[in-house]
Amino acid sequence: MRASAVFPALCVVLAACASAPVTPRGEIGVVIERATGSVQLVDNGTRTSLGRVEGLGDLSHASLVYSHDKRYAYVFGRDGGLSKLDLAAKRLVARVQQAGNSIGGAISRDGRVVAVANYEPGGVKLFDSATLAPLAEIPAEYGSEGRRAKVVGIVDAPGNRFVFSLFEAGEIWVADVGDPRKPQVRKFRDVGREPYDALITPDGRYYIAGLFGEDGLALLDLEHIDRGVTRILDGYGRGEQKLPVYKMPHLRGWAIARGFAFLPAVGRHEVLVVDTKTWKEVKAIQVHGQPVFVMARPDGRQVWVNFAFPLNDTVQVIDAERLALVTSLKPGRTVLHMEFTARGDEVWISVRDENRVIVYDTKSFAPVTELAAQSPSGIFFTSRAEKFGL
Amino acid sequence: MRPLGAIGFGLALAMQCVAAAPQGAPSPARADALVRLVRQDCGSCHGMRLTGGLGPPLTPQAIASKPDAALVSSILYGRGGTPMPPWRDFVSEREAEWIVGQLRKGFPDAR
Repeated sequence: MRASAVFPALCVVLAACASAPVTPRGEIGVVIERATGSVQLVDNGTRTSLGRVEGLGDLSHASLVYSHDKRYAYVFGRDGGLSKLDLAAKRLVARVQQAGNSIGGAISRDGRVVAVANYEPGGVKLFDSATLAPLAEIPAEYGSEGRRAKVVGIVDAPGNRFVFSLFEAGEIWVADVGDPRKPQVRKFRDVGREPYDALITPDGRYYIAGLFGEDGLALLDLEHIDRGVTRILDGYGRGEQKLPVYKMPHLRGWAIARGFAFLPAVGRHEVLVVDTKTWKEVKAIQVHGQPVFVMARPDGRQVWVNFAFPLNDTVQVIDAERLALVTSLKPGRTVLHMEFTARGDEVWISVRDENRVIVYDTKSFAPVTELAAQSPSGIFFTSRAEKFGL
Repeated sequence: MRPLGAIGFGLALAMQCVAAAPQGAPSPARADALVRLVRQDCGSCHGMRLTGGLGPPLTPQAIASKPDAALVSSILYGRGGTPMPPWRDFVSEREAEWIVGQLRKGFPDAR
């Protein structure tokens, strides 16, 4: 099914097309090219590249969010760079070096504020989404000695709030940015050891932080914030020694489907299934390796899983009705990310060490086509603009 | 001049080989694989440019005060109480020592 022979010819045609204005047939998307600090713009209707934008700095860990009109992407780089990309003009329109080291970001519900979660210096910075002018800083100070924690798992929540977690501090903070120059922060302490990433449920109600330092997750009901943070799946490993973790799981890109949350077990070859009414564990599904991304197809029928080093050539699919594996695929060396088209009929999978993105049909599991990309990592389609936490 | 030039070239080549492959250094292919491992997989936490992430930076300045033995031990056995895992299933002690040596010099780019 590999189309390598077709590629050179296809690339020539694409290059010719790229200069003329193109009406996209599907959604526009962005593919991060992590080693070269570049991104490719893609159209998931024609399954083609629309061009490349360079000069985004260190994208070795990168994510992005979209403006509500889907015209702009805000790209968060590892080196603390925040870049605003115009998808129509295919160029950078603004870029700030806002910290030494950052992990990701979010855009407020009203679309006016972009928040960046930083490792160094630990905290969150707020920027005007139009100009990238700085608005405010929230230092992630904890304890009595003014130490700053690395900030992880930032999401946007209803009511122009951002929610994020402090890795070393074991805290979850909720920042109301109604007045973005004076954010109001509410802090929840002792939520568990080392929250490493988090998600918000698709309805925007629950914030769930995964814990690295213990077996469990921290749950905050954003509609009833006074009830505080509760622990779910407490002790899910049942005291068994966990395996060495060679890559942290990612919770962003959630899998909430059919009344269940599908969550990666840290240091185990398991996907944990939780009932979202009771937040009790329903099942632990044995999988190929330690899950990194666990993502639901938009209709919720399937959950796709990729895995950490050294078992990262494989993707598995779980049937969300039967809670059992359906199939295993081998896209190739080092699968880093997966992204569904808005209706879920296809999924794009980045295969870093083979410099390609493979598009699969999610019904037949057959590869449909592939695109050349330099060390591809994250893939982001613009339908994310309509969703909480993406 | 020609023979001398050839000898000089041969000598330079020999010296280069000595410099590039000291006792116990990995083969060029293995060295490439190790460079890739460090950049890509250690880079998951330490950053592909090794300037830090969830894990601390591994630049020459950042590790200057840390003894070789401590760094080699961290690579092979991990660091208890932190997310740093043991890598001894993937690199030998010799290779860990080589990695530390390369980190001190400023780590090579992946090819």
